[in-house]
Amino acid sequence: MGLSGQKVTLRYTIAAEDFISAGEASSHVKKTLNKLGIRHELIKRFTIAMYEAEINTVIHASGGEAYVEITPEKLMVKISDNGPGIPDIEKAMMEGWSTAPEHIREMGFGAGMGLPNMKRYADDLAVESEVGVGTVVTITVYLS
Amino acid sequence: MKVKTLVEELGMTLITGDGEKEITGIYACDLLSWVISHAKTGDLWVTVMNNVNIVAVASLAEVACIVLAEGVKADEQVVKKARENGVTLLGSSMPTAEIIIKSSKLI
Repeated sequence: MGLSGQKVTLRYTIAAEDFISAGEASSHVKKTLNKLGIRHELIKRFTIAMYEAEINTVIHASGGEAYVEITPEKLMVKISDNGPGIPDIEKAMMEGWSTAPEHIREMGFGAGMGLPNMKRYADDLAVESEVGVGTVVTITVYLS
Repeated sequence: MKVKTLVEELGMTLITGDGEKEITGIYACDLLSWVISHAKTGDLWVTVMNNVNIVAVASLAEVACIVLAEGVKADEQVVKKARENGVTLLGSSMPTAEIIIKSSKLI
């Protein structure tokens, strides 16, 4: 298996409040990228950013969907949900800012590092959100 | 140092894995987003967090092993998922600081 000019796409459904299978989409993407022979450091950055977005969907929205596109130029994942939306994206991007409820914090999440971590590990991060409609997070890591 | 050396030297319990992974550093934290962004590949990760999400975090952060400190027990789901994902899980009755101090002398 290798990337010889073609495009690989993957789709996942992320279940709401399901912390048992949370992270399975990111783990599957990691396995696929390893098989494709993508550089290790890029795989790690991409899948960590994707995991944070996946977990956010589990915690804050009623689940969502992940669409992954792998081309010779870049790794891209679009994670969309129909959750409550983010009223203030600037605030949400600040380290330590969290709206996660107590039971989520007890599990070790909700440290207010999700979006900051995505920004840290992605080459490009786009967050589009509308209150009451949902959020779409697009993470890109370039291969060249 | 191999995981199995750490297990033998510090009297830990090897819960999952064959002990062959190489430990090259140490990281300790219970907040998963901190771990995933700050732990390095090959680190020994010390935590008292024992829910199933530690497995995905360990796998994506590529730590050498998870050490459950203070005698914290791994629940069945954690063990099952760790096996499925090839994540090495250890148990120790020592507190976090003691694990770090003693491990650092072996690495």
